[in-house]
Amino acid sequence: MDIRAQISMVFHLDKCIGCHTCSVACKNIWTDRKGAEYMWWNNVETKPGTGYPTRWEDQDIYKGGWKKEREGELGLRGSGKLRGLLNIFHNPHLPVIDDYYEPFTYKYLDLIESPEGDDQPTARPVSLITGEPIDIKMGPNWDDDLSGTPDYARKDPNLHDLSPAEQEAMFQLERMAMFYLPRICNHCLNPACVAACPSGAIYKRGEDGVVLINQQVCRAWRMCVTACPYKKTYYNWSTGKSEKCILCYPRLESGHAPACMHSCVGRIRYLGVVLYDADEIRLVAETEDEKDLVARQRSMIMDPFAPGVIEAAKKNGIPDSTIQAAQRSPVYKFVREWGLALPLHPEFRTLPMLFYVPPLLPVMASLGASDSSQAAKVNPMAKVWDEGRLYNSTTEELWGTIDQARFPLKYMANLFTGGDEEGIKVVLKKLMAVRIWRRHVTVGDVSAERAQEALSGAGIDSEMADAIYNLTTLAKFDDRFVIPPSHREQAIEMVEFVGDAKGSTGFGFKEQPMRGL
Amino acid sequence: MFLDNFLFIGLPYIAIIIFIVGTVYRYRATKFNYSSLSSQFLEGKKLFWGSVPFHWGIIALFFGHLIAFLIPRGVLAWNSHPLRLLVIEVGAFIFGLTVLFGLSMLIYRRLTNQRLSRVTSPMDWTVEGLLLLQVILGLWVAYEFRWGSSWFAATLTPYLRSLFILQPEITAVSAMPLVVKLHIAFAFVIFAMIPFSRLVHVLVYPLHYLWRPYQRVLWNWDKSRIRHPDTQWTKESPRNT
Repeated sequence: MDIRAQISMVFHLDKCIGCHTCSVACKNIWTDRKGAEYMWWNNVETKPGTGYPTRWEDQDIYKGGWKKEREGELGLRGSGKLRGLLNIFHNPHLPVIDDYYEPFTYKYLDLIESPEGDDQPTARPVSLITGEPIDIKMGPNWDDDLSGTPDYARKDPNLHDLSPAEQEAMFQLERMAMFYLPRICNHCLNPACVAACPSGAIYKRGEDGVVLINQQVCRAWRMCVTACPYKKTYYNWSTGKSEKCILCYPRLESGHAPACMHSCVGRIRYLGVVLYDADEIRLVAETEDEKDLVARQRSMIMDPFAPGVIEAAKKNGIPDSTIQAAQRSPVYKFVREWGLALPLHPEFRTLPMLFYVPPLLPVMASLGASDSSQAAKVNPMAKVWDEGRLYNSTTEELWGTIDQARFPLKYMANLFTGGDEEGIKVVLKKLMAVRIWRRHVTVGDVSAERAQEALSGAGIDSEMADAIYNLTTLAKFDDRFVIPPSHREQAIEMVEFVGDAKGSTGFGFKEQPMRGL
Repeated sequence: MFLDNFLFIGLPYIAIIIFIVGTVYRYRATKFNYSSLSSQFLEGKKLFWGSVPFHWGIIALFFGHLIAFLIPRGVLAWNSHPLRLLVIEVGAFIFGLTVLFGLSMLIYRRLTNQRLSRVTSPMDWTVEGLLLLQVILGLWVAYEFRWGSSWFAATLTPYLRSLFILQPEITAVSAMPLVVKLHIAFAFVIFAMIPFSRLVHVLVYPLHYLWRPYQRVLWNWDKSRIRHPDTQWTKESPRNT
């Protein structure tokens, strides 16, 4: 057993309102620089939708992540040792800037400085690359809220194995639903970007598992951009270096939550440390059946209270403060104890350490589409608990809304469980049971038997339901972010002043980030 | 005479000194801008037709010249049969044409793409211009003064060797046609420019990738050792190994 610590995250998608505050917080701190304008280390996508860069999940195009090779071993899909070195002069799978979008600004000064004339002056859009006027074709969240449109939602790669009838049903006007998917770097346990970097510039920090790119070693071979299946490494076209989310490590080291998480309006984000068994990384990543990946990844995360685990952690030099943080970790609860949070696209086999609680609302918020007159009857305050309508909990079939979800479970399964519908159903049932239980406690119009039936059907008890409820809805800052104290006296990075990083390359060193000759 | 002395004695030594000092300086002092400065992210399609033939062609030509320098006897023995001489000469000429085609595509691409003009420095144009000149001169030499693979081994290899043993002997070079002389002189100029241009990337081609494990996990240092009571406190900060 080789115990290591990993800073890990949970995003609760039912709570995300898609306000992009996280993206803006990140942009203002890290990527408001030349060559980085197009980068959104944190971005929020509307699902179903094509995302950023366009159709990033489609690995037939981008060739990211790991795949099983003939002997059952893992190989990088689009790069790797031999292929990477042979393709170094021209990487056939590299996305170009148009796959993201051409960054732009507006000539605001024209509004003020234009000479007097017959026409109203306008602020024309200009490219931030060439400085010339452009027609804006794309933006960072161009398909925001456009779920259901043919150009975006229907091109979602996760629809690939849904039947045409299922897809049609999804996009009927009355049944249309969507949710938001905020994404940052997953700081994977088996990162493809690290493996693909020919220079060895990318590394995972042993102390907390943050994946970083050494800006002085990066030589612009750009294999990481291809390798990351989440497209979360970005190439800075101006400096000729790759960059990625650094999980705000200067903030983490001084005890602050990362900017995206700190600023989150919906308080959907949780961050904590988990202890995992590094001996298992290879075995789990090579799991035969994609549908087993979630369960096996979950089993890598060790119980921070088990004496054997604590002893092994201490032997590996993990400080007591980190073990204590792991015991209070909200991530451990969501992922391991309650089994509510799932990794995004586990089938890429990078073992991502950012977990999502899948959204229940778009699945169940059905207005009984069979009866159109019902819509008129619904109280606009949405406080109604009309049996069999909003929350279909009192029908004969307790899980009716989940089984016949208006949002096909297959779609959710393609996102979060590698196609395993059972896996997603278990989670949604738990979420539903918590709602029914709390309805019973706070409003009282659900009978105790009904609530108990819901809980036992989901395999949880009332105590756990209350704990889930508390951490989901009432959690304070210190409950949501349990950041292990970083031992400043031990780390090189930690002696640097955070302010130095702003306005330079964002990596805290003082050499001017000048492009080479 | 003075010009020959300068071009074939002064210039090579200046170039070597500039190359060594410049490389060490650049690698140590300005590590951040040490990069191949790929522009594929801004334009990917034309780059394929430029970069791929250019690079493979120039690698072949570089090793061709190197082999003729290192094992001249082997080359002469190979060339002792006319058919084999023809194979090596035609092969080298084709690689030369490949480089010329690739380089022309690269220059055309830089000239026509507006985005690329924003990431093109004067040094890029200098390098591309010099390389183009050098390739054209090389092809000219190969066509006009034929069977260079043989006479190179007999005349230029001894000259280059004399440079390395610090007893420069330029009689043979001085008698060469002007085109050959220019080709040699430009080679030294390009060599000297490596540390001051994007050409630095040839020095860091990541061959070590082949025998490195895929995953890299770095600790600030071995924590279990540093926390052990038997480990002595040192004032030097420990390093990763």
